[in-house]
Amino acid sequence: MSEDWKAYVRRIEDLAARSGLQFHPVDFEAVPDSFMMEIAVYGLPVRMPHWSFGVRYIYQLIQRHMGNSRLFEVVFPGNPGHAYLAESNGLAENILVTAHVLGHADFSRNNLLFRRCQEQVSERIVEHAANHARQIQQAIDTYGRHRVELVLDAALALEQHIDVDQSLRRPKYPEYLPEGKPLVDDEFRKRFAALDPSGPITAGEVRKRAPVPPHPERDLLWFIATYAPEMESWERDIFLAVREESFYFYPVFATQIMNEGWASYWHARLLREADFIPQQAYLDAIKCHSDVVRPIAADQQIALTINPYHLGFSLWEKIIEAEGLEAARKIMEQDDDFGFVRNHLTRELADELGLFRYSARSDGQIKVLEHDLPALQESLLHQKYNFGAPSVAAKHIRVDGTLELVHDHVTDGRGLDPERSRKVLEYVHRVWRRPVVLSTVDGQGSGLELRAP
Amino acid sequence: MDERGGSTPLGLTKWYELFSRGARDWLRHDEKVRDSVREHLPQIVAGADVINDGAKTVRVPVRMLEHYHFRLRRPDDQQGAGQGKAKPGDVLQGPTRQRGSGEKGPGGQESGEVQLLLELKIDDIVDWLWEEMQLPNLKARVGPSEDTDWVREGWDRRGARSRLDRRRSFKQLVKRRGNPHATPNFTDEDLRFRQLARRRQPAVHAVVFFMLDVSGSMSDRDRKLAKSFFFWVVQGLRREYRSMETVFVAHTTEAWEFTEPEFFQVSGTGGTVASTGFLKVREIISERYNPNRCNLYLFYASDGDNSVGDGHAAREALRSVAEDACYTGYVEVSSGLSRQLATETGRLYAELAASGYPAGSYALNDYDDVWGAVRHFFTAESKALENSS
Repeated sequence: MSEDWKAYVRRIEDLAARSGLQFHPVDFEAVPDSFMMEIAVYGLPVRMPHWSFGVRYIYQLIQRHMGNSRLFEVVFPGNPGHAYLAESNGLAENILVTAHVLGHADFSRNNLLFRRCQEQVSERIVEHAANHARQIQQAIDTYGRHRVELVLDAALALEQHIDVDQSLRRPKYPEYLPEGKPLVDDEFRKRFAALDPSGPITAGEVRKRAPVPPHPERDLLWFIATYAPEMESWERDIFLAVREESFYFYPVFATQIMNEGWASYWHARLLREADFIPQQAYLDAIKCHSDVVRPIAADQQIALTINPYHLGFSLWEKIIEAEGLEAARKIMEQDDDFGFVRNHLTRELADELGLFRYSARSDGQIKVLEHDLPALQESLLHQKYNFGAPSVAAKHIRVDGTLELVHDHVTDGRGLDPERSRKVLEYVHRVWRRPVVLSTVDGQGSGLELRAP
Repeated sequence: MDERGGSTPLGLTKWYELFSRGARDWLRHDEKVRDSVREHLPQIVAGADVINDGAKTVRVPVRMLEHYHFRLRRPDDQQGAGQGKAKPGDVLQGPTRQRGSGEKGPGGQESGEVQLLLELKIDDIVDWLWEEMQLPNLKARVGPSEDTDWVREGWDRRGARSRLDRRRSFKQLVKRRGNPHATPNFTDEDLRFRQLARRRQPAVHAVVFFMLDVSGSMSDRDRKLAKSFFFWVVQGLRREYRSMETVFVAHTTEAWEFTEPEFFQVSGTGGTVASTGFLKVREIISERYNPNRCNLYLFYASDGDNSVGDGHAAREALRSVAEDACYTGYVEVSSGLSRQLATETGRLYAELAASGYPAGSYALNDYDDVWGAVRHFFTAESKALENSS
């Protein structure tokens, strides 16, 4: 493998710093392709074992066999950040990737969503996740693989159901309802009190218990870990470990277009400005860049999915051209993909990029729809709503311990897939250990209650 | 990472080159698939001609397991965003399927879905079953039934060159030779030849008769159920016998012998006269098999509706077969009502067992119950054999 690229790392870092990027130091490591693939499958270099990762692994293997996907790098934010580069990368690819990684490092250090989640989770997510994996391995040794798997089946099925607006380590709900306002001491009260020689009735003696949950709770992982009637403490720990990793994944998920676009913008710009790169390597790297940000596969006229690298890259170029780097850095700090696309994808840019909306009928017909900018923006974003999951919340615990979940079908526009949802309820039932019910709507929009067992 | 290359010292090898987590979790997935396949083995096996065509494995197509998440119902029209040269109103792809048909089940609609073909070794399945259900191994019938066989036994100074035992001959040379440094020199005295001897052995040969009622009252499902049961019986018996033959007899009011593929295709009409079947079996035994030299088994599957007039004849015919058989089993396949053996044929077997013959019956209503039937017969059979010996 070529080690030449390492000579360039320092120089690219200097150039990036001069260009105004602010990043924590990054550890670069070249790893075999097989390991790159595992990082892509697990989302983290070391993560808990679960059979569902095995399924993704096989899909990934097949993809790689068909030559559809090639991974150049994976980067993990933190202080220091970790960047894994594929050993099979050539010199040009590694130069490009180094610049790209620094763009990510700048983004994850400055974007508020990233910063907030890193403050809560840790700046060392890689080590943290490895720790979880070890903790779960200990649980397997103590309680057996089967029991741990049941818990992970449930926890990982709910991994998107967190509430990032709450803090990672949130306190339990208050146990009692807040006391009512003290009675106003007006004339009437005084006279009324005077009527009864035994004194005024004090309402404060009997405090009322607050219901659990006091409001529909979206953070199902936290709610179950905290309020499940019969969960063992090691099972709760597994739920909380999964939840912590979800808190790490959320900003990665919610800023993908911005983040990849930002890194692509910077690798292109740094490459242009780096006069120390040999001519041939520069040309190869530019070729590689254009492959990465290519919107449509080489042999196609039309793509039915949007390449986030391309969209983000184009948006950033436009913003920096129109408003300058200073303003772009502000946007990078403050937005996530929702704000980014809604605020900055203009009619002109959409036309220039040839973006369109289409509808795909269940019989396979695909038809291009009328131009409509807000609808186009939502089509780009709808898979990202609510961490990509339906809005399901815990509503109530019945006296017998039955957990009532409710699906907000009004927000989501339609009901849940009943087969899958019932399976998820079965997973949850095994850790909740009392019945679990979920209300949603069926295909006709009338109420439907699913339950396990 | 710079220490990689051709001559990486072992201590510096990175852990991820020695261990693949993806493969570990994939194996776990594979294990889960196999577990769930095992639970459905009777149905799976019922579909294929696997009893006698020498197949050593069963191939089972399975879908990858899905780890379920909450998902929204699929809408009729999905909207998405695309990129390229397209005007509003362009149809990028025409309808390809009947609208609303198919793709009902979960996971069915994902494109590029991967199907696995699991290959299960029948021997493994059977071993696993026997272990799991703690079934006894059968004892071959010993006694008059004997085979002769040549076995190796001892050495001699004379013999055919092909049976020269070089190792032993050399030992003789070493023993005889006084001086360890002298050149070895074989004489005829040193040579040792392996000898063969004739040995009488208990027969390990079995013939299994499968008899199936194909009258009009037997539904297709009944027959599949019987087939599935027959399959596992054969596998169970194969564990014990070096050589085994199977004979397939079907009957309505008459009886015929069939080959296996035909056997499960036959469908007859009309009534049921079980005695014809038993007589056919009797006839085949007399023609081809010596009961003293092989172990005979008869398994009969029927819905039990024997014609009323046949009671006596059937009883006689069955007894004459049971005299020579190691075991006779009756499985009543009734997919409709579970009448639990309260039928003509059911009573016939109950009588037989009551008068001390190794016989058993089982009411088989569902695929889930096939294991129950197999277990019932193999435990009952070994008990019957213990009692008789």
